[in-house]
Amino acid sequence: MIDVKNLSKSFGDHLVLDDISQHIYPGEKVVVIGPSGSGKSTFLRCLNLLETPSAGTISFQGTVITDPKVKIDQVRQQMGMVFQHFNLFPNMTIRKNITLAPVRTGLMKQEEADELAGHLLQRVDLTDKADAYPSQLSGGQKQRVAIVRALAMRPKLMLFDEPTSALDPEMVGEVLDVMKELARDGMTMVVVTHEMGFAREVGSRVLFMADGKVLEEAPPAELFGAPKHARLQDFLSKVL
Amino acid sequence: MFQSLIDWLDRIGPRLQRAFIEGDRWKLYLQGLGTTMELTVIALIFGVLLGLIVAVIRSAHDQQRIGRRNFVLGVLNVLCQIYTTVIRGTPMLVQLFIWTFVIFPTQRNKVLVAFIGLGVNSGAYVAEIIRGGLMSVDAGQSEAGRSLGLGYFDTMRFIVIPQAFKNILPSLGNEFITLFKDTSLAQAIGGAEMLYYASTIGGRTFDYMPPLLGIAAMYLAIVIVFTWLQGRLERRLRESDRR
Repeated sequence: MIDVKNLSKSFGDHLVLDDISQHIYPGEKVVVIGPSGSGKSTFLRCLNLLETPSAGTISFQGTVITDPKVKIDQVRQQMGMVFQHFNLFPNMTIRKNITLAPVRTGLMKQEEADELAGHLLQRVDLTDKADAYPSQLSGGQKQRVAIVRALAMRPKLMLFDEPTSALDPEMVGEVLDVMKELARDGMTMVVVTHEMGFAREVGSRVLFMADGKVLEEAPPAELFGAPKHARLQDFLSKVL
Repeated sequence: MFQSLIDWLDRIGPRLQRAFIEGDRWKLYLQGLGTTMELTVIALIFGVLLGLIVAVIRSAHDQQRIGRRNFVLGVLNVLCQIYTTVIRGTPMLVQLFIWTFVIFPTQRNKVLVAFIGLGVNSGAYVAEIIRGGLMSVDAGQSEAGRSLGLGYFDTMRFIVIPQAFKNILPSLGNEFITLFKDTSLAQAIGGAEMLYYASTIGGRTFDYMPPLLGIAAMYLAIVIVFTWLQGRLERRLRESDRR
């Protein structure tokens, strides 16, 4: 589904991603872990070109999206993204947050979008918040809305950038539950996270990144059960 | 000493009478005030439109993806930069003189020339105000909009600009006050606004003090009222934040 070839990214002199090649298959749940500053988030943000790669190519469903001629908005319509800090639009109600993009991009009419928003909000147990504003919601509720907002575009792939890192501990569970349900429904997901439990339970493949490289990748049982790389052993001993 | 004060007070009545009442002169002040307000409002609208265009061009240029630099946008950006630099780097009165004597030397309607001069001037300041406002909106907001597949202009229109507006409002109020007072410069090119009538009346009655102090009080009163209104509006907007 996504094919990444020799991806590098540097900010000035600082090399953040160092020649990464990866392939993400449909239905796969790829979980990216690693110490902070390892380039996990930058890798994720390159996938929908929120960061422009310095070198290398990324293909999505056979289209080379790093080609400057590609209409990036159309590509992004098929990739949902969930941010660490939710990034809900504070000037709109929850319903409007969800329906704005599907309506403006011509994907559906306002009534259809409103109906879809209703269904989606029901799925995450927030039906009564449709007319509330983001500032009236708790962190966990905001993040669930953010997930739903991305889903309203009917994406083929969901990117999660540390979706639980900015949450109070008691709210992490409700967000992870939504993500697990999404995984069960067969969504292709790339998740950057520090939640090792989630990685173990949901991930079909776990990537361990450090210093801009993928140092080890394996199914979770293998990666957590028998880590080979010294950096990974060290990292796991600190977080588990 | 005491006697001269009494004499002065004794004469003040007739002086005020001559400056404001005689020959219905108070109507001229109101007429001037009307032109002043018109100049302010129209120049501000003109300035805001111009400023918005310049600000959007400049921030669109700055946010382009590397490798996709648009040539036309580059040219427009340079033009906008020249515009703001020149306008903000030269005195308003000099600009008004250039509009009047160099660009439109045959135009009789000096108020029209003043509209253009003030509007173009204000546009440069408003552009910087709006640009600052756009930059003050968290980058995550436009990233969220773009990640949903919304284009640059939709993201600006529905997400960034409405949020920037609230941050811009205080500075825009200050620009309004500055512009309101700067309209008095139109007098120098023969624009018939408040100062123009005050100095004409001063010349005709050989007594400048009452008309000048009179209009100064009018400027001050309007600025005070406007500042008060501005404060109320800001408080209201801040309350909606805590919703």
